[in-house]
Amino acid sequence: MTTEPAERKAAITGIGQSEVGRRLGRGDLDLTVEACLDAIDDAGLTRDDIDGLATYPGAGLGTSGFAGPGTPEVQDALRLRLNWHDGGSEGAAQMRAVVAACFAVAAGAARHVLVYRTVTESTSQGVGGRKGIGGDGDGSGGSGGMPRFSGFLQWSLPFGAVSAVNWIALVAQRRVHEFGLTREQLASVAINARRNAELNPRAVYRDPMSLEDYLSARMISSPLCLFDCDAPCDGSTAIVVSHVDHVPESRHPACHVNAVGTALWGRPSWDQFDDMTTMAARDAAASMWRRTELKPRDVDVAELYDGFSILTLVWLEALGFCERGESGAFVEGGSTIALNGPLPVNTAGGQLSGGRLHGFGLIHEACLQLRGGAAQRQVAHRPEVAVVANGGGPLAGSMLLTRGIG
Amino acid sequence: MTASGPAMRLLPRIDDTNRFFWTGGADGRLRFLACASCRQLVHPPAPRCPECLSDRLDPVTVSGRATVHSFTVNHQQWIPGSEPYIVGLVAIAEQPDVRLMTNLIDCEPDDSLIGREVEVTFEQSEDVFVPLFRPVAPVGSGSDDPGDLGPANAGRGDRALS
Repeated sequence: MTTEPAERKAAITGIGQSEVGRRLGRGDLDLTVEACLDAIDDAGLTRDDIDGLATYPGAGLGTSGFAGPGTPEVQDALRLRLNWHDGGSEGAAQMRAVVAACFAVAAGAARHVLVYRTVTESTSQGVGGRKGIGGDGDGSGGSGGMPRFSGFLQWSLPFGAVSAVNWIALVAQRRVHEFGLTREQLASVAINARRNAELNPRAVYRDPMSLEDYLSARMISSPLCLFDCDAPCDGSTAIVVSHVDHVPESRHPACHVNAVGTALWGRPSWDQFDDMTTMAARDAAASMWRRTELKPRDVDVAELYDGFSILTLVWLEALGFCERGESGAFVEGGSTIALNGPLPVNTAGGQLSGGRLHGFGLIHEACLQLRGGAAQRQVAHRPEVAVVANGGGPLAGSMLLTRGIG
Repeated sequence: MTASGPAMRLLPRIDDTNRFFWTGGADGRLRFLACASCRQLVHPPAPRCPECLSDRLDPVTVSGRATVHSFTVNHQQWIPGSEPYIVGLVAIAEQPDVRLMTNLIDCEPDDSLIGREVEVTFEQSEDVFVPLFRPVAPVGSGSDDPGDLGPANAGRGDRALS
Protein backbone atom coordinates (compact mmCIF):
# COMPACT_ATOMS: atom_id res chain seq x y z
CA MET A 1 0.00 0.00 0.00
CA THR A 2 1.45 3.30 -1.02
CA THR A 3 -1.30 5.59 0.24
CA GLU A 4 -3.26 5.20 3.44
CA PRO A 5 -6.83 4.03 2.90
CA ALA A 6 -9.27 6.92 3.14
CA GLU A 7 -11.30 5.21 5.85
CA ARG A 8 -8.40 5.67 8.30
CA LYS A 9 -9.58 9.28 8.52
CA ALA A 10 -12.81 8.08 10.10
CA ALA A 11 -13.69 6.99 13.61
CA ILE A 12 -16.90 5.90 15.26
CA THR A 13 -17.22 8.37 18.12
CA GLY A 14 -20.75 7.67 19.30
CA ILE A 15 -23.13 4.74 19.38
CA GLY A 16 -26.80 4.65 20.29
CA GLN A 17 -29.70 2.29 20.30
CA SER A 18 -33.41 2.62 20.89
CA GLU A 19 -35.57 0.24 22.79
CA VAL A 20 -35.33 -3.12 20.98
CA GLY A 21 -38.04 -5.76 21.09
CA ARG A 22 -40.85 -7.71 19.55
CA ARG A 23 -44.00 -5.85 18.51
CA LEU A 24 -43.19 -2.63 20.32
CA GLY A 25 -45.94 -0.85 18.42
CA ARG A 26 -43.81 2.31 18.16
CA GLY A 27 -43.27 4.27 14.99
CA ASP A 28 -40.03 3.96 13.05
CA LEU A 29 -39.24 7.68 13.29
CA ASP A 30 -39.84 7.58 17.05
CA LEU A 31 -37.34 4.74 17.45
CA THR A 32 -34.87 6.41 15.10
CA VAL A 33 -34.87 9.70 16.94
CA GLU A 34 -34.33 7.87 20.22
CA ALA A 35 -31.30 6.04 18.81
CA CYS A 36 -29.89 9.15 17.12
CA LEU A 37 -30.11 11.32 20.22
CA ASP A 38 -28.48 8.49 22.20
CA ALA A 39 -25.60 8.30 19.72
CA ILE A 40 -25.07 12.08 19.56
CA ASP A 41 -25.00 12.30 23.34
CA ASP A 42 -22.71 9.30 23.57
CA ALA A 43 -20.25 11.07 21.27
CA GLY A 44 -20.25 14.11 23.50
CA LEU A 45 -21.80 16.18 20.73
CA THR A 46 -25.01 18.10 20.24
CA ARG A 47 -27.21 17.96 17.17
CA ASP A 48 -25.74 21.29 16.05
CA ASP A 49 -22.45 19.43 15.51
CA ILE A 50 -24.01 16.89 13.15
CA ASP A 51 -23.46 17.92 9.54
CA GLY A 52 -23.92 14.59 7.78
CA LEU A 53 -26.68 11.99 7.73
CA ALA A 54 -26.81 8.55 6.14
CA THR A 55 -28.93 5.44 6.25
CA TYR A 56 -29.54 2.06 4.72
CA PRO A 57 -31.69 1.41 2.70
CA GLY A 58 -33.63 4.65 2.52
CA ALA A 59 -37.39 5.03 2.75
CA GLY A 60 -39.89 2.83 1.03
CA LEU A 61 -37.80 -0.19 0.15
CA GLY A 62 -38.64 -3.80 0.75
CA THR A 63 -41.53 -5.24 2.67
CA SER A 64 -43.36 -3.51 5.45
CA GLY A 65 -41.25 -2.43 8.40
CA PHE A 66 -37.99 -3.11 6.55
CA ALA A 67 -36.76 0.30 5.50
CA GLY A 68 -37.32 2.70 8.39
CA PRO A 69 -37.52 6.43 7.78
CA GLY A 70 -35.51 8.10 5.03
CA THR A 71 -32.96 10.81 5.70
CA PRO A 72 -35.33 13.71 4.88
CA GLU A 73 -37.68 12.63 7.68
CA VAL A 74 -34.89 12.27 10.20
CA GLN A 75 -33.21 15.49 9.12
CA ASP A 76 -36.45 17.36 9.59
CA ALA A 77 -37.32 15.67 12.89
CA LEU A 78 -33.97 16.78 14.33
CA ARG A 79 -33.75 20.03 12.31
CA LEU A 80 -30.26 19.15 11.16
CA ARG A 81 -28.24 21.46 8.90
CA LEU A 82 -26.46 19.01 6.61
CA ASN A 83 -23.42 19.36 4.41
CA TRP A 84 -23.79 15.79 3.19
CA HIS A 85 -26.62 13.23 3.17
CA ASP A 86 -27.09 9.82 1.63
CA GLY A 87 -29.49 6.91 1.70
CA GLY A 88 -29.55 3.85 -0.50
CA SER A 89 -29.64 0.09 -0.70
CA GLU A 90 -26.98 -0.78 -3.28
CA GLY A 91 -23.38 -1.26 -2.22
CA ALA A 92 -21.49 -3.10 0.47
CA ALA A 93 -24.57 -4.53 2.20
CA GLN A 94 -26.17 -2.72 5.12
CA MET A 95 -22.92 -1.07 6.19
CA ARG A 96 -22.73 0.74 2.87
CA ALA A 97 -24.11 3.75 4.72
CA VAL A 98 -21.24 3.61 7.22
CA VAL A 99 -18.68 3.19 4.45
CA ALA A 100 -20.16 6.17 2.64
CA ALA A 101 -19.95 8.21 5.83
CA CYS A 102 -16.28 7.27 6.28
CA PHE A 103 -15.49 8.41 2.76
CA ALA A 104 -17.53 11.57 3.25
CA VAL A 105 -15.59 12.66 6.31
CA ALA A 106 -12.29 11.66 4.67
CA ALA A 107 -13.19 13.77 1.64
CA GLY A 108 -14.10 16.74 3.79
CA ALA A 109 -17.76 16.67 2.82
CA ALA A 110 -18.80 16.46 6.46
CA ARG A 111 -17.24 16.37 9.92
CA HIS A 112 -19.69 14.33 12.01
CA VAL A 113 -22.05 11.99 10.16
CA LEU A 114 -24.99 10.41 11.92
CA VAL A 115 -25.69 6.96 10.43
CA TYR A 116 -28.73 4.92 11.37
CA ARG A 117 -30.65 1.76 10.52
CA THR A 118 -34.20 1.22 11.74
CA VAL A 119 -36.52 -1.77 11.48
CA THR A 120 -40.09 -2.28 12.64
CA GLU A 121 -40.50 -5.69 11.04
CA SER A 122 -41.87 -7.34 14.17
CA THR A 123 -44.75 -4.91 14.54
CA SER A 124 -45.40 -4.93 10.79
CA GLN A 125 -45.38 -8.72 10.54
CA GLY A 126 -47.63 -8.93 13.57
CA VAL A 127 -50.23 -7.28 11.35
CA GLY A 128 -49.52 -8.88 8.01
CA GLY A 129 -47.42 -11.98 8.69
CA ARG A 130 -43.86 -12.57 7.50
CA LYS A 131 -43.68 -12.33 3.75
CA GLY A 132 -41.14 -13.35 1.23
CA ILE A 133 -39.08 -10.71 -0.50
CA GLY A 134 -41.45 -10.70 -3.45
CA GLY A 135 -44.09 -9.08 -1.33
CA ASP A 136 -46.91 -7.89 -3.49
CA GLY A 137 -45.26 -7.96 -6.87
CA ASP A 138 -43.94 -5.26 -9.09
CA GLY A 139 -46.68 -4.93 -11.62
CA SER A 140 -49.62 -6.59 -13.22
CA GLY A 141 -49.67 -8.12 -16.65
CA GLY A 142 -51.04 -11.62 -16.22
CA SER A 143 -54.45 -12.58 -17.49
CA GLY A 144 -55.38 -13.96 -14.09
CA GLY A 145 -55.09 -10.58 -12.43
CA MET A 146 -52.27 -11.70 -10.15
CA PRO A 147 -49.19 -9.51 -9.91
CA ARG A 148 -46.30 -10.46 -12.19
CA PHE A 149 -42.60 -10.18 -11.46
CA SER A 150 -39.56 -9.03 -13.37
CA GLY A 151 -35.83 -8.68 -12.64
CA PHE A 152 -34.25 -11.37 -10.48
CA LEU A 153 -37.55 -12.34 -8.86
CA GLN A 154 -38.88 -13.77 -12.13
CA TRP A 155 -36.22 -16.48 -11.88
CA SER A 156 -37.07 -17.53 -8.33
CA LEU A 157 -40.69 -16.79 -7.45
CA PRO A 158 -42.32 -19.16 -9.99
CA PHE A 159 -40.66 -22.02 -8.13
CA GLY A 160 -41.76 -20.92 -4.69
CA ALA A 161 -38.27 -19.66 -3.88
CA VAL A 162 -39.88 -16.64 -2.33
CA SER A 163 -37.53 -15.66 0.44
CA ALA A 164 -33.82 -15.14 0.98
CA VAL A 165 -33.99 -18.21 3.23
CA ASN A 166 -34.66 -20.33 0.12
CA TRP A 167 -31.77 -18.81 -1.79
CA ILE A 168 -29.38 -19.11 1.17
CA ALA A 169 -30.55 -22.68 1.84
CA LEU A 170 -29.11 -23.53 -1.59
CA VAL A 171 -25.74 -22.33 -0.28
CA ALA A 172 -26.15 -24.35 2.90
CA GLN A 173 -27.08 -27.57 1.07
CA ARG A 174 -24.19 -27.13 -1.34
CA ARG A 175 -21.92 -26.93 1.73
CA VAL A 176 -23.49 -30.11 3.09
CA HIS A 177 -22.53 -31.74 -0.19
CA GLU A 178 -19.03 -30.30 -0.64
CA PHE A 179 -17.85 -30.01 2.95
CA GLY A 180 -20.02 -32.36 4.99
CA LEU A 181 -21.68 -29.53 6.90
CA THR A 182 -23.98 -30.91 9.61
CA ARG A 183 -27.03 -29.56 11.42
CA GLU A 184 -25.08 -29.87 14.66
CA GLN A 185 -22.52 -27.45 13.26
CA LEU A 186 -25.22 -24.97 12.25
CA ALA A 187 -26.68 -25.41 15.72
CA SER A 188 -23.38 -24.32 17.25
CA VAL A 189 -23.83 -20.88 15.70
CA ALA A 190 -27.41 -20.57 16.93
CA ILE A 191 -26.64 -21.86 20.43
CA ASN A 192 -23.60 -19.57 20.75
CA ALA A 193 -25.81 -16.62 19.84
CA ARG A 194 -28.43 -17.62 22.38
CA ARG A 195 -25.86 -18.08 25.12
CA ASN A 196 -24.53 -14.58 24.51
CA ALA A 197 -28.04 -13.14 24.26
CA GLU A 198 -28.73 -14.40 27.76
CA LEU A 199 -26.21 -11.75 28.87
CA ASN A 200 -27.73 -8.98 26.75
CA PRO A 201 -30.73 -7.27 28.38
CA ARG A 202 -31.83 -5.91 24.97
CA ALA A 203 -31.83 -9.28 23.21
CA VAL A 204 -35.22 -10.51 22.04
CA TYR A 205 -34.65 -14.23 22.80
CA ARG A 206 -32.92 -14.96 26.11
CA ASP A 207 -34.20 -18.38 27.20
CA PRO A 208 -31.50 -21.05 27.06
CA MET A 209 -31.45 -23.15 23.88
CA SER A 210 -30.21 -26.75 23.85
CA LEU A 211 -29.09 -28.82 20.90
CA GLU A 212 -32.34 -30.78 21.31
CA ASP A 213 -34.34 -27.54 21.11
CA TYR A 214 -32.52 -26.69 17.89
CA LEU A 215 -32.91 -30.11 16.30
CA SER A 216 -36.61 -30.28 17.09
CA ALA A 217 -37.43 -26.84 15.68
CA ARG A 218 -39.57 -26.81 12.56
CA MET A 219 -37.81 -26.81 9.22
CA ILE A 220 -38.16 -23.63 7.13
CA SER A 221 -36.12 -24.44 4.02
CA SER A 222 -33.85 -27.44 4.47
CA PRO A 223 -31.28 -27.66 5.92
CA LEU A 224 -32.25 -24.40 7.64
CA CYS A 225 -34.74 -24.58 10.50
CA LEU A 226 -36.48 -21.84 12.46
CA PHE A 227 -33.44 -21.27 14.71
CA ASP A 228 -31.17 -20.77 11.68
CA CYS A 229 -33.20 -17.66 10.82
CA ASP A 230 -32.85 -14.33 12.56
CA ALA A 231 -35.61 -12.88 14.69
CA PRO A 232 -37.60 -9.95 13.25
CA CYS A 233 -37.70 -7.15 15.77
CA ASP A 234 -38.33 -3.46 16.20
CA GLY A 235 -35.42 -1.19 16.95
CA SER A 236 -33.05 1.46 15.70
CA THR A 237 -29.28 1.69 15.90
CA ALA A 238 -27.32 4.86 15.26
CA ILE A 239 -23.64 5.70 15.19
CA VAL A 240 -21.66 8.89 14.72
CA VAL A 241 -18.80 8.74 12.22
CA SER A 242 -16.36 11.59 12.78
CA HIS A 243 -13.21 12.78 11.06
CA VAL A 244 -10.23 11.67 13.15
CA ASP A 245 -9.07 15.28 13.44
CA HIS A 246 -12.38 16.16 15.11
CA VAL A 247 -12.86 13.36 17.60
CA PRO A 248 -14.84 15.04 20.37
CA GLU A 249 -13.98 14.99 24.03
CA SER A 250 -15.97 12.06 25.31
CA ARG A 251 -16.19 9.55 28.12
CA HIS A 252 -15.42 6.77 25.61
CA PRO A 253 -12.46 5.98 23.39
CA ALA A 254 -13.21 6.34 19.69
CA CYS A 255 -13.30 3.25 17.50
CA HIS A 256 -11.05 3.85 14.52
CA VAL A 257 -11.98 2.51 11.11
CA ASN A 258 -8.92 0.60 9.99
CA ALA A 259 -10.20 -0.88 6.74
CA VAL A 260 -13.42 -1.50 4.87
CA GLY A 261 -14.19 -4.34 2.48
CA THR A 262 -16.48 -3.46 -0.39
CA ALA A 263 -15.45 -5.57 -3.37
CA LEU A 264 -17.75 -7.66 -5.55
CA TRP A 265 -15.68 -9.40 -8.20
CA GLY A 266 -18.11 -12.21 -8.93
CA ARG A 267 -21.45 -11.82 -10.64
CA PRO A 268 -23.92 -9.82 -8.53
CA SER A 269 -26.40 -12.65 -8.42
CA TRP A 270 -27.98 -15.05 -5.94
CA ASP A 271 -27.94 -17.96 -8.40
CA GLN A 272 -25.20 -17.25 -10.99
CA PHE A 273 -22.28 -16.55 -8.61
CA ASP A 274 -19.21 -18.61 -9.50
CA ASP A 275 -18.92 -20.29 -6.10
CA MET A 276 -22.25 -21.13 -4.50
CA THR A 277 -20.59 -21.98 -1.19
CA THR A 278 -19.61 -18.38 -0.48
CA MET A 279 -20.65 -15.46 -2.73
CA ALA A 280 -19.89 -11.79 -2.13
CA ALA A 281 -18.43 -12.29 1.36
CA ARG A 282 -15.37 -13.82 -0.27
CA ASP A 283 -14.65 -10.67 -2.28
CA ALA A 284 -15.52 -8.10 0.38
CA ALA A 285 -13.29 -9.79 2.95
CA ALA A 286 -10.39 -10.20 0.54
CA SER A 287 -10.56 -6.54 -0.43
CA MET A 288 -10.59 -5.51 3.23
CA TRP A 289 -7.39 -7.40 4.03
CA ARG A 290 -5.72 -5.67 1.06
CA ARG A 291 -6.32 -2.34 2.81
CA THR A 292 -4.63 -3.13 6.11
CA GLU A 293 -1.50 -4.47 7.74
CA LEU A 294 -3.64 -6.32 10.27
CA LYS A 295 -4.15 -10.07 9.89
CA PRO A 296 -6.97 -12.38 10.89
CA ARG A 297 -4.94 -13.48 13.94
CA ASP A 298 -5.02 -9.88 15.22
CA VAL A 299 -8.80 -9.89 15.55
CA ASP A 300 -10.06 -10.10 19.14
CA VAL A 301 -13.81 -10.13 18.55
CA ALA A 302 -15.92 -10.87 15.47
CA GLU A 303 -19.45 -9.66 14.82
CA LEU A 304 -20.44 -11.68 11.76
CA TYR A 305 -23.72 -11.35 9.95
CA ASP A 306 -26.20 -14.02 10.91
CA GLY A 307 -29.40 -13.24 9.08
CA PHE A 308 -29.09 -17.00 8.70
CA SER A 309 -26.68 -19.10 10.77
CA ILE A 310 -24.97 -20.37 7.62
CA LEU A 311 -23.84 -16.84 6.77
CA THR A 312 -21.68 -16.68 9.88
CA LEU A 313 -19.91 -19.82 8.65
CA VAL A 314 -19.45 -18.27 5.22
CA TRP A 315 -17.94 -15.15 6.79
CA LEU A 316 -15.58 -17.12 9.08
CA GLU A 317 -14.00 -18.65 5.98
CA ALA A 318 -14.15 -15.51 3.84
CA LEU A 319 -12.36 -13.54 6.55
CA GLY A 320 -9.64 -16.15 6.84
CA PHE A 321 -10.34 -17.41 10.37
CA CYS A 322 -10.32 -20.92 8.94
CA GLU A 323 -9.80 -22.58 5.57
CA ARG A 324 -12.51 -22.87 2.94
CA GLY A 325 -14.89 -25.62 3.93
CA GLU A 326 -13.66 -25.85 7.51
CA SER A 327 -15.99 -23.42 9.27
CA GLY A 328 -18.33 -26.20 10.34
CA ALA A 329 -15.58 -27.95 12.25
CA PHE A 330 -14.34 -24.56 13.50
CA VAL A 331 -17.61 -23.78 15.29
CA GLU A 332 -18.61 -27.31 16.27
CA GLY A 333 -19.18 -27.59 19.99
CA GLY A 334 -19.05 -23.80 20.29
CA SER A 335 -15.90 -23.37 22.39
CA THR A 336 -13.84 -21.60 19.70
CA ILE A 337 -16.46 -18.88 19.15
CA ALA A 338 -17.66 -18.57 22.75
CA LEU A 339 -17.24 -15.37 24.78
CA ASN A 340 -14.22 -16.89 26.51
CA GLY A 341 -12.91 -18.62 23.40
CA PRO A 342 -10.07 -17.59 21.08
CA LEU A 343 -12.50 -15.82 18.69
CA PRO A 344 -15.65 -14.59 20.41
CA VAL A 345 -18.42 -14.31 17.78
CA ASN A 346 -21.69 -12.38 17.92
CA THR A 347 -21.24 -11.42 21.53
CA ALA A 348 -24.63 -9.73 21.95
CA GLY A 349 -26.53 -12.69 20.53
CA GLY A 350 -26.26 -11.65 16.89
CA GLN A 351 -29.46 -11.32 14.94
CA LEU A 352 -30.47 -14.93 15.61
CA SER A 353 -31.20 -14.19 19.27
CA GLY A 354 -30.42 -10.50 19.73
CA GLY A 355 -32.86 -9.44 17.02
CA ARG A 356 -32.64 -8.55 13.36
CA LEU A 357 -31.25 -5.04 13.66
CA HIS A 358 -29.93 -5.67 10.19
CA GLY A 359 -26.18 -5.32 10.38
CA PHE A 360 -26.07 -2.25 12.56
CA GLY A 361 -26.59 -4.16 15.80
CA LEU A 362 -23.32 -5.91 15.02
CA ILE A 363 -21.51 -2.60 14.46
CA HIS A 364 -22.90 -1.27 17.73
CA GLU A 365 -21.73 -4.34 19.62
CA ALA A 366 -18.24 -4.27 18.06
CA CYS A 367 -17.80 -0.70 19.32
CA LEU A 368 -19.16 -1.55 22.75
CA GLN A 369 -16.67 -4.42 23.05
CA LEU A 370 -13.72 -2.27 21.94
CA ARG A 371 -14.72 0.38 24.48
CA GLY A 372 -14.94 -2.20 27.25
CA GLY A 373 -18.58 -1.34 27.82
CA ALA A 374 -20.30 -4.64 27.22
CA ALA A 375 -20.90 -5.35 30.91
CA GLN A 376 -21.64 -9.03 31.66
CA ARG A 377 -20.75 -10.11 28.16
CA GLN A 378 -17.54 -8.08 27.88
CA VAL A 379 -14.77 -10.02 26.18
CA ALA A 380 -11.79 -10.27 28.55
CA HIS A 381 -8.30 -8.83 28.01
CA ARG A 382 -9.45 -5.51 26.51
CA PRO A 383 -10.05 -6.31 22.84
CA GLU A 384 -8.22 -3.99 20.49
CA VAL A 385 -9.37 -5.16 17.06
CA ALA A 386 -12.90 -6.06 16.01
CA VAL A 387 -14.23 -7.17 12.67
CA VAL A 388 -17.80 -6.57 11.54
CA ALA A 389 -19.35 -8.30 8.54
CA ASN A 390 -22.71 -7.53 6.99
CA GLY A 391 -24.72 -9.27 4.32
CA GLY A 392 -25.31 -12.55 2.54
CA GLY A 393 -25.53 -13.79 -1.02
CA PRO A 394 -24.44 -11.09 -3.46
CA LEU A 395 -24.50 -8.46 -0.71
CA ALA A 396 -21.44 -8.09 1.49
CA GLY A 397 -19.44 -5.50 3.36
CA SER A 398 -16.87 -5.82 6.12
CA MET A 399 -15.01 -3.48 8.38
CA LEU A 400 -12.07 -3.62 10.79
CA LEU A 401 -12.30 -1.40 13.85
CA THR A 402 -9.53 -0.66 16.33
CA ARG A 403 -9.73 0.85 19.79
CA GLY A 404 -8.48 4.38 20.03
CA ILE A 405 -6.72 5.91 22.98
CA GLY A 406 -9.02 7.13 25.71
CA MET B 1 -43.09 -37.34 -0.98
CA THR B 2 -42.82 -33.74 -2.02
CA ALA B 3 -45.10 -31.64 -4.19
CA SER B 4 -44.11 -30.52 -7.67
CA GLY B 5 -44.08 -26.89 -6.60
CA PRO B 6 -45.92 -24.28 -4.56
CA ALA B 7 -49.73 -24.34 -4.39
CA MET B 8 -49.79 -21.36 -6.72
CA ARG B 9 -47.14 -20.24 -9.17
CA LEU B 10 -46.18 -16.60 -9.04
CA LEU B 11 -45.42 -15.75 -12.63
CA PRO B 12 -42.95 -13.62 -14.57
CA ARG B 13 -44.02 -10.49 -16.35
CA ILE B 14 -43.41 -11.34 -19.96
CA ASP B 15 -41.85 -8.77 -22.24
CA ASP B 16 -39.77 -8.71 -25.40
CA THR B 17 -36.59 -9.61 -23.53
CA ASN B 18 -37.79 -12.80 -21.85
CA ARG B 19 -40.70 -14.08 -24.01
CA PHE B 20 -38.54 -16.71 -25.74
CA PHE B 21 -37.66 -18.23 -22.37
CA TRP B 22 -41.01 -18.23 -20.62
CA THR B 23 -43.18 -19.20 -23.60
CA GLY B 24 -40.60 -21.29 -25.47
CA GLY B 25 -41.58 -24.39 -23.56
CA ALA B 26 -44.78 -24.64 -25.62
CA ASP B 27 -42.87 -26.98 -27.93
CA GLY B 28 -41.10 -28.72 -25.06
CA ARG B 29 -37.76 -27.01 -25.67
CA LEU B 30 -35.67 -24.98 -23.27
CA ARG B 31 -34.13 -21.87 -24.78
CA PHE B 32 -31.39 -19.43 -23.86
CA LEU B 33 -29.92 -16.45 -25.63
CA ALA B 34 -26.68 -17.37 -27.37
CA CYS B 35 -24.04 -15.05 -28.72
CA ALA B 36 -23.73 -15.47 -32.49
CA SER B 37 -20.12 -14.39 -32.27
CA CYS B 38 -18.57 -16.30 -29.35
CA ARG B 39 -21.35 -18.88 -28.80
CA GLN B 40 -21.71 -18.09 -25.08
CA LEU B 41 -25.11 -18.68 -23.56
CA VAL B 42 -26.21 -15.45 -21.93
CA HIS B 43 -28.43 -15.67 -18.88
CA PRO B 44 -30.35 -13.76 -17.66
CA PRO B 45 -31.08 -12.16 -21.05
CA ALA B 46 -28.92 -9.11 -21.78
CA PRO B 47 -28.67 -6.61 -24.63
CA ARG B 48 -25.10 -7.65 -25.50
CA CYS B 49 -22.93 -10.64 -24.88
CA PRO B 50 -21.18 -9.84 -21.57
CA GLU B 51 -18.08 -11.72 -22.79
CA CYS B 52 -17.42 -10.27 -26.25
CA LEU B 53 -19.96 -7.43 -26.26
CA SER B 54 -21.48 -8.55 -29.54
CA ASP B 55 -25.09 -7.47 -29.97
CA ARG B 56 -25.93 -10.51 -32.09
CA LEU B 57 -27.84 -12.56 -29.56
CA ASP B 58 -30.51 -15.04 -30.55
CA PRO B 59 -32.53 -17.64 -28.67
CA VAL B 60 -31.28 -21.18 -29.22
CA THR B 61 -32.68 -24.47 -28.01
CA VAL B 62 -30.61 -26.59 -25.68
CA SER B 63 -30.92 -30.27 -24.82
CA GLY B 64 -32.83 -29.60 -21.64
CA ARG B 65 -30.30 -31.64 -19.71
CA ALA B 66 -28.78 -30.26 -16.53
CA THR B 67 -27.00 -31.30 -13.35
CA VAL B 68 -28.35 -30.58 -9.89
CA HIS B 69 -26.00 -28.07 -8.25
CA SER B 70 -27.97 -27.64 -5.03
CA PHE B 71 -31.49 -27.88 -3.67
CA THR B 72 -33.66 -27.10 -0.67
CA VAL B 73 -37.01 -28.41 0.52
CA ASN B 74 -39.26 -25.50 1.33
CA HIS B 75 -41.60 -26.06 4.28
CA GLN B 76 -42.63 -22.48 5.08
CA GLN B 77 -46.13 -21.46 4.03
CA TRP B 78 -45.14 -18.42 1.98
CA ILE B 79 -47.89 -19.48 -0.37
CA PRO B 80 -50.75 -20.86 1.71
CA GLY B 81 -51.79 -24.43 1.02
CA SER B 82 -48.36 -25.53 -0.24
CA GLU B 83 -47.03 -28.94 0.62
CA PRO B 84 -43.23 -29.20 0.96
CA TYR B 85 -41.60 -28.84 -2.44
CA ILE B 86 -38.03 -29.03 -3.73
CA VAL B 87 -36.41 -25.87 -5.03
CA GLY B 88 -33.49 -26.94 -7.17
CA LEU B 89 -30.56 -25.07 -8.62
CA VAL B 90 -29.47 -26.78 -11.82
CA ALA B 91 -26.44 -26.24 -14.04
CA ILE B 92 -27.26 -26.36 -17.75
CA ALA B 93 -25.45 -29.18 -19.57
CA GLU B 94 -24.22 -27.09 -22.51
CA GLN B 95 -22.71 -24.44 -20.21
CA PRO B 96 -22.69 -25.33 -16.50
CA ASP B 97 -22.06 -21.78 -15.31
CA VAL B 98 -25.59 -21.01 -16.50
CA ARG B 99 -27.91 -22.04 -13.71
CA LEU B 100 -31.64 -22.06 -13.22
CA MET B 101 -33.71 -22.18 -10.10
CA THR B 102 -36.48 -24.69 -10.64
CA ASN B 103 -38.58 -27.30 -8.92
CA LEU B 104 -37.17 -30.81 -8.93
CA ILE B 105 -39.89 -33.40 -9.40
CA ASP B 106 -40.12 -37.19 -9.35
CA CYS B 107 -37.22 -37.50 -6.92
CA GLU B 108 -36.41 -37.68 -3.24
CA PRO B 109 -34.59 -34.80 -1.56
CA ASP B 110 -31.55 -36.57 -0.14
CA ASP B 111 -27.98 -35.40 -0.58
CA SER B 112 -27.38 -37.79 -3.47
CA LEU B 113 -29.61 -35.48 -5.50
CA ILE B 114 -26.67 -33.08 -5.93
CA GLY B 115 -24.77 -34.11 -9.02
CA ARG B 116 -27.73 -36.01 -10.49
CA GLU B 117 -28.52 -35.55 -14.17
CA VAL B 118 -31.96 -34.09 -14.74
CA GLU B 119 -34.02 -33.08 -17.76
CA VAL B 120 -36.55 -30.37 -18.35
CA THR B 121 -40.29 -30.73 -18.48
CA PHE B 122 -42.73 -27.86 -18.64
CA GLU B 123 -45.80 -26.98 -16.62
CA GLN B 124 -48.14 -24.47 -18.22
CA SER B 125 -49.57 -21.74 -16.03
CA GLU B 126 -51.57 -19.09 -17.92
CA ASP B 127 -49.33 -18.04 -20.81
CA VAL B 128 -46.13 -19.20 -19.09
CA PHE B 129 -44.36 -22.53 -19.58
CA VAL B 130 -42.51 -23.07 -16.32
CA PRO B 131 -39.41 -25.27 -16.69
CA LEU B 132 -39.25 -28.02 -14.08
CA PHE B 133 -36.60 -30.71 -13.93
CA ARG B 134 -36.77 -34.43 -13.15
CA PRO B 135 -34.11 -37.12 -13.03
CA VAL B 136 -33.08 -38.49 -16.39
CA ALA B 137 -34.66 -41.90 -16.82
CA PRO B 138 -32.17 -44.76 -16.43
CA VAL B 139 -30.92 -46.13 -19.75
CA GLY B 140 -33.40 -48.54 -21.34
CA SER B 141 -36.40 -47.40 -19.36
CA GLY B 142 -37.94 -45.17 -21.99
CA SER B 143 -37.41 -42.67 -24.71
CA ASP B 144 -34.49 -40.33 -24.37
CA ASP B 145 -35.67 -37.93 -27.05
CA PRO B 146 -36.26 -34.45 -25.70
CA GLY B 147 -38.85 -34.10 -28.43
CA ASP B 148 -41.05 -36.41 -26.44
CA LEU B 149 -41.14 -34.02 -23.57
CA GLY B 150 -44.26 -32.12 -24.40
CA PRO B 151 -45.75 -29.74 -21.92
CA ALA B 152 -46.36 -31.84 -18.86
CA ASN B 153 -50.00 -31.90 -17.86
CA ALA B 154 -48.85 -31.97 -14.29
CA GLY B 155 -51.81 -31.18 -12.13
CA ARG B 156 -51.02 -30.26 -8.56
CA GLY B 157 -49.76 -33.37 -6.82
CA ASP B 158 -49.91 -35.40 -9.99
CA ARG B 159 -46.98 -37.75 -9.76
CA ALA B 160 -47.83 -39.70 -12.89
CA LEU B 161 -45.35 -38.08 -15.25
CA SER B 162 -43.88 -40.67 -17.57
